[in-house]
Amino acid sequence: MATTPETYIKPKPEAEGGATAPAAKTEAAPGIERHDVKAVNAKDERTLYAERIAIHPKRARGLFRNLKWLVMGLTLGFYYLMPWVRWDRGPALPDQMFLIDFANQRLFFGPLEIWAQEFYYITGLLVLGALLMFLVTALAGRVWCGYSCPQTVWTDLFIAVERFIQGDRNARLRLQKAPWTFDKIWKISATHAIWLLISLLTGGALIFYFRDAPTLAQELFTGTAPYIAYVFLGVFTASTYLLGGLAREQVCIYMCPWPRIQGAMFDDHSMLVSYRGYRGEPRGPHKKNESWEGRGDCVDCKQCVVVCPMGIDIRDGAQLECIQCALCIDACNEIMDKLGRPRNLIAYDTFHNLKAAETGGSAPVQYIRARTILYSALLVAVLAVMTYGWMNRSELQLNVLRDRNPVFVRLSDGGIRNGYTVKILNKRHDTRSFKFSVEGLPADISAPKIDVVGFKENDPTIKVVPDNLRALRVYLSLSKADVAKLKSEATDLTFVATDLGDNSQTRRRTNFRSPEN
Amino acid sequence: MADNKRVDEVTGVETTGHVWDDDLEELNKPLPKWWLWVMYVSIIWSIGYWILYPAWPLASDYTKGMLGYSQRAVVAEQVAAGKAAQAKFVDAIQKAELSSIPDNPELLSFAIAGGNAAFKENCAPCHGRGAQGFKGYPNLNDDDWIWGGDLAAIKQTITHGIRNADEDSRQSDMPKFGKEELLEKAQINDAAEYVLSLSGSGSDAAAAERGKEVFAENCAACHGEDGKGNPELGAPNLTDSIWLYGGTKQDVVTSINTGRGGVMPAWNTRLSEATIKELAVYVHSLGGGQ
Repeated sequence: MATTPETYIKPKPEAEGGATAPAAKTEAAPGIERHDVKAVNAKDERTLYAERIAIHPKRARGLFRNLKWLVMGLTLGFYYLMPWVRWDRGPALPDQMFLIDFANQRLFFGPLEIWAQEFYYITGLLVLGALLMFLVTALAGRVWCGYSCPQTVWTDLFIAVERFIQGDRNARLRLQKAPWTFDKIWKISATHAIWLLISLLTGGALIFYFRDAPTLAQELFTGTAPYIAYVFLGVFTASTYLLGGLAREQVCIYMCPWPRIQGAMFDDHSMLVSYRGYRGEPRGPHKKNESWEGRGDCVDCKQCVVVCPMGIDIRDGAQLECIQCALCIDACNEIMDKLGRPRNLIAYDTFHNLKAAETGGSAPVQYIRARTILYSALLVAVLAVMTYGWMNRSELQLNVLRDRNPVFVRLSDGGIRNGYTVKILNKRHDTRSFKFSVEGLPADISAPKIDVVGFKENDPTIKVVPDNLRALRVYLSLSKADVAKLKSEATDLTFVATDLGDNSQTRRRTNFRSPEN
Repeated sequence: MADNKRVDEVTGVETTGHVWDDDLEELNKPLPKWWLWVMYVSIIWSIGYWILYPAWPLASDYTKGMLGYSQRAVVAEQVAAGKAAQAKFVDAIQKAELSSIPDNPELLSFAIAGGNAAFKENCAPCHGRGAQGFKGYPNLNDDDWIWGGDLAAIKQTITHGIRNADEDSRQSDMPKFGKEELLEKAQINDAAEYVLSLSGSGSDAAAAERGKEVFAENCAACHGEDGKGNPELGAPNLTDSIWLYGGTKQDVVTSINTGRGGVMPAWNTRLSEATIKELAVYVHSLGGGQ
């Protein structure tokens, strides 16, 4: 090998000491490499059909890179390990902390147990998630995209694997151009093999959320897992490999709707990853010992472009492709440190402040504004509703559906009968017995006759087995004399189911229909 | 037209020419090539689909496809599978003693569900979807039964019907007292008043008193001395609150004049024994079964 990577990255100056002009093609400033690279969405690259331009992100070092490693560690750690966390719920119930049990239409998360008909809790969580994303976007732009979106996290992981095997950007570029030697074949296939392995683990971890993980893992290896488990394992393995390994930034640019929606979320006061043009321009190569007066701090080294996983140039301004991962901030700060210039030529900033800075002023960040107040208020409201709903969630659900056809039945003695379908949902894990009663009728009316179809009149004790729903036909009859006392065609009343075990009562309002008096 | 397209200054990209809210424009960005390839692959996929599956309509037929797939066949299969799954219960209901079905919770719920479906298909046109009945078509939810309201009686009525050609159909023939001039108009009026007074809704006590005699001579034979009717003869109870043909004086007078005499088909010619049993159980479960 004629050149080692080190000499390629940092060509040694020809002579020591004295003002050396930066080699125009390879150096932006003495000791600062200049990259021959173009933004993938640069003006003159545009045609009717866009060829995909390969992006080889360089490794960045700094605060935001470390933050991204941390988020990656936490999110992937949670994702892969969660199905293995156990939670004792006693016999006959799964002991997996987080389990989506389709067979029994139940979702378990620690002490929580959500039934299929309570899916609104999940809907509520999704609404909360969306509102939280709105708020964060209004405050600091695409934080979700830049740090915690699975697409970003897995792509980051896959790039890290690529870098580990094939080397950093320059080495990868060389490898790409190199002939198919054993070394290249080995490195490329090892990269893809590890990608596939990660994808397989990812797909595997996903299906563990739907079935007891240790059991399913064993079944998977012995070939006895349900057919559908293998199908989803295959689907998620393929999609992880395809989206994270191969498609990468194309997903964000062309497939994901969220970048489009976010345009409506942030405004002039949102903290966005921005190039401070007022400080950076006019940009250009900087000679050693040259004065920084009358020129910008940007030495046009394009470090910000090469570290960008989206392959764009942040200096072109805010753009759809930018996922706001802030790696360009790290890259630029490293250069500014080397040049001895102040950091944060690229930084989180607001349009508002950037505009003010152009004329030498500055504008403080307005975190509290109509948009953030609205998002926060909605967030709090939804959270309150959900908390209220959860606190008042009962382990017994009583639904009463009054017959509409016929609305009421006239009996031969002149009395009136209403029919109801009553559903009792027992969410407890033991059998419960109930008796029905009715309250809320006018005081001068004697209690209606209650007939539960299929039960004896003298002992209408209704048993509901654990975790089950029982539907019953119930008839309420009022005598002719009582019907005559009713004031309206629809009289409110309340069904009461009394648990014979602990005497707890569950109520449900309905009404009794009768002909006009 | 191309020269009309505006080029956005910031990006140097042509716009589509669409403008919203004064200044919001859409860039005419190039499509990624892989997207184009996805479309080509979709086209190839669809051609494969045409070859394998039914696709093109022809004048009186359609291309069947090599796999011979047909949604109709799938439905037929599912229906057959459903029938096969039901066969066990249908068979059990067929064999079971009618009166024993309510004691078997599994059979009972199957019979009620099956009876409900059969009712909607066959009985609802006259009796209504909720079996609530109409004038002349009895409400099956209540506790008043002209021909008896226990399981066996209900089944008998469904099987053979009322006043039809079936030999075993329910037969009763109330004379057309007015039309055939068996009674005077005044007598009919008095009888109607008397009948109404039996359920406490008459308005002319003197006429009712006179009608008592008319009733005893002409009506009591079937409806009973006390007017409580007789399910054996299909003579309705005239003392309760339920009136098949209406409980106004006009309605009662018309009933005496014409004798009414509604009919119901015999269902043994159209429905299986098991279905009729299911129907009987269903009707019995509506709240008025005896």
